[in-house]
Amino acid sequence: MTFGERVERREDRRLLTGDGRYTDDFAPHSAHAAFLRSEYAHARIVDVDVSGALDIDGVHAVYTYEDLEGRFADPLPLIIPHEAIVAPRTQYALAREEVRYVGETIAMVVARDRYVAEDAAEAIRVEYEPLPVAADLEGAAEPDAPRVHGDRPDNVIGAVSQEHGDVDAALAGADHVFDWRFVIERSASMPLEGRAIVARFDEEGGLLVYDSTQAPTGVRAGLSLLFGLSLEQVQVVAPDVGGGFGVKVIQFYPEEVLVPLAAHRLAMPVKWTEDRREHFIGSTHERRQIHDVTVGLDEDGRIVALETSFLHDGGAYCPYGLIIPVITAAQLPGPYKLENYRFDFRAIFTNTVPTSPYRGAGRPHAAFVMERVMDRAAAELGLDRAEIRRRNLIQPDEFPYDVGVSFQDGGPTVYDSGDYPGGLELLMREVGYDGFAAQKEAARAEGRTLGLGIACYVEGTGIGPYEGAAVDVLVDGSVTVASGMSSQGQGHETIFAQIAADDLGVPLERIRVTTGDTRRLGWGVGTFASRTAVVAGNAVKKATREVRRQAAELAARMLEADPEDLEFAEGTVRVKGSPASGIPLGQLAAMANPLRYAFGEESAVAALLTRKAYASQDVPLPDGTTPGLNAVEYYSPKSGVFGYGMHAAVVEVDRDRCDVRILRYVVVHDCGTIINPTIVDGQVYGGVAQGIGGALYERIAYDEDGQLLNASFMDFLMPYATEVPEPELHHTETPSPNNELGVKGVGEAGTIPVAAAIANAISDALGTPIDRMPISPSQLHELMHS
Amino acid sequence: MIAIALTVNGDRHDIEVEPRRLLSDVLRHDLGLTGTHVGCEHGVCGCCTVLLDDEPVRACLVFAVQADGRAVKTIEGLANADGTLHPLQEAFHRHHGLQCGFCTPGFLMLASTVYKQAASMSDEEIRVALGGQLCRCTGYVGIVRAVRAAAEEA
Repeated sequence: MTFGERVERREDRRLLTGDGRYTDDFAPHSAHAAFLRSEYAHARIVDVDVSGALDIDGVHAVYTYEDLEGRFADPLPLIIPHEAIVAPRTQYALAREEVRYVGETIAMVVARDRYVAEDAAEAIRVEYEPLPVAADLEGAAEPDAPRVHGDRPDNVIGAVSQEHGDVDAALAGADHVFDWRFVIERSASMPLEGRAIVARFDEEGGLLVYDSTQAPTGVRAGLSLLFGLSLEQVQVVAPDVGGGFGVKVIQFYPEEVLVPLAAHRLAMPVKWTEDRREHFIGSTHERRQIHDVTVGLDEDGRIVALETSFLHDGGAYCPYGLIIPVITAAQLPGPYKLENYRFDFRAIFTNTVPTSPYRGAGRPHAAFVMERVMDRAAAELGLDRAEIRRRNLIQPDEFPYDVGVSFQDGGPTVYDSGDYPGGLELLMREVGYDGFAAQKEAARAEGRTLGLGIACYVEGTGIGPYEGAAVDVLVDGSVTVASGMSSQGQGHETIFAQIAADDLGVPLERIRVTTGDTRRLGWGVGTFASRTAVVAGNAVKKATREVRRQAAELAARMLEADPEDLEFAEGTVRVKGSPASGIPLGQLAAMANPLRYAFGEESAVAALLTRKAYASQDVPLPDGTTPGLNAVEYYSPKSGVFGYGMHAAVVEVDRDRCDVRILRYVVVHDCGTIINPTIVDGQVYGGVAQGIGGALYERIAYDEDGQLLNASFMDFLMPYATEVPEPELHHTETPSPNNELGVKGVGEAGTIPVAAAIANAISDALGTPIDRMPISPSQLHELMHS
Repeated sequence: MIAIALTVNGDRHDIEVEPRRLLSDVLRHDLGLTGTHVGCEHGVCGCCTVLLDDEPVRACLVFAVQADGRAVKTIEGLANADGTLHPLQEAFHRHHGLQCGFCTPGFLMLASTVYKQAASMSDEEIRVALGGQLCRCTGYVGIVRAVRAAAEEA
């Protein structure tokens, strides 16, 4: 068995030796694109003078909006529509008459190389007429705010409200009612590889694109429509991708349309590799929301009603619709029973970079709000913080549990399985919760300030609509597995091989996995929403099962045995208990493709055996069979599956320097059945580190004119090894009843409750509520001295 | 254009470059050594770390002309000549010290200059030694473990 084992990763070797292939590694001598981007957050474009750029030696072309035709001149797609969107505004690939955020693409240069292209972009002269700017979320939501889209009456993208139970009645009957405000700042995914695209047309008019995207199948479908090519004529490959975390899934960014267009117009390969400043101002952000909460509790600390009214910062356009606040709203109750729950949100345009999901996707906001409410309520009622959570948790016998509001896919939010009280008890035990008060007191006596914070979450993962898998057995006995979704470091090559290996009785070394290459499998959705292990993993299981059926049927004919009596082991199919009867899987693959004329002695043997088999059959390929041993299968889940966890942070606050040091970080985590514990550990470790960034460091800062103030790694601070501790992990496994593998997603889990746990820990240390994240030393100083 | 001679992983290259051309671009695009990655182009992330006369440098902050006549070592030159992996590469594999792999070459090149001292370092000291390299995937846990493991075996 390899499923469930700590097997080492299959993808490592090439990445360790410099042999990985990222998008910028392709087409080394191709022409290169560079973009002129808006310097203003909001302005009318009076004139664009490209003559200076065209004068530069080595420039092939300069394009502005005027050069776009047909569908290329239309706004880019709105990926996730929602019936509540009142202003479905997306941007043009190149700005048309007006720019609405700093970084919006105005012109594209294509030149001999990147240096010349950037020189030329600088030589373009744009005359702007500045317009009033709505940069800040709260200000933009005011009725008299400058309008991001001048033809709209306000800056509202859409508003949604929903109620479960009767909140007003429950609040009226509550023993305690509190109103609090929580603020989550703007942040961004920041993968270390920026975006990159290489496009080239071949002599037959076919288009091949390398794109560092999380969703190559969607890019392919869109490009085929734009260029009027059949799907087969467009292939999109996401090769090795240097991290994603959400920002690389927006199909389409302007560059994803424009680089292939330039390759078509110029009849030459064209590449664009984003630089870091471009990534800050030209790739999506996330996180900023302002929540007002009213919560009612009974005397025992049970929440009788909770209401949140919140604003979401959508940036200047809404390619992702309302998905982030929709997820926040659905996931805010977390592991707690909220019998009366109401939310209403407004997503608001601002003159800033548009937002799209970043690891956690609305859930860190939700957990921050809910878990701060728990701690503040405990303090108000004089209750222990663990006890108030215990009293509100959903119990293990209450699954499936319907939260009562809509999930992100539009269906109900129904939790499939879990043991939340068990998880909380495990966390309390592991972090030494009961002994902490004494530890804190002892530290205080030494002049040190310690605090402990806990935070719980539930994460909906594994949403549809579907993913597929193609499994093939080759005549050399090796197996290929392909999925349409791409990989950004999650170890898919390893876990898909693990899923396929056991059913086929083939060692991992003989399985080659391809992801993100539409030439191998052109159908799929993409890598986001912690969905790969669940949706693609179960597709791999189905396709493997079908190939196993084909092989068993063929072997049964050859061995004159019942398929039920066969086993797959050591690369052969054999009668159980009779190893000598085994037919190598590769030989079966040869037999399944009559007269295939493959190299090698095994194939010759197979051909002879096949001749014998023909004698007893009418035709070489009986009805109901297909040539070879291969299958493409799709898995489409009915609903999401819900992972969960509980985190605890022990922090020390230096009262003079206002510095927060994380002394311990304990994680209890349940993502259902685990395919590979090493990879799950790695996902959680990485998620926690990103969460710590979101708690203490990472804040995208705009000024009132909509200028991004910290568009570099020198100013936007991400944690180095010196800023994050080694978390202590404790996995539990509550399989999902909703899919055959029993798995739930894990990619985003580690990040979700971290800001909440750390805010709770700092609040505990200082006795001052921390209701805004991230919190910097200067903000902490202000709070401590206000 | 300026004529320069670079010795990269033991091989001498005589090339002509613009004075402004970065060492990272020469390695990646002129010499085809794409294992050196570029993450920020302003010297903060460390993805492009290579050794220049055995000292770690950010290849995005070095002009190729500054490397004239000097020896450069990149990730392509880290494994042994017979194809077996360097102890750090082995250790990164065994301890899950990489996910997307984009920061990995920079980490390995930097670590190759310090890992032999790491056996006597605390975890905190190892983290300080690696403290100029960003990783966005692993949370550094596997990286620190790998460097310690390689040091203890060295």
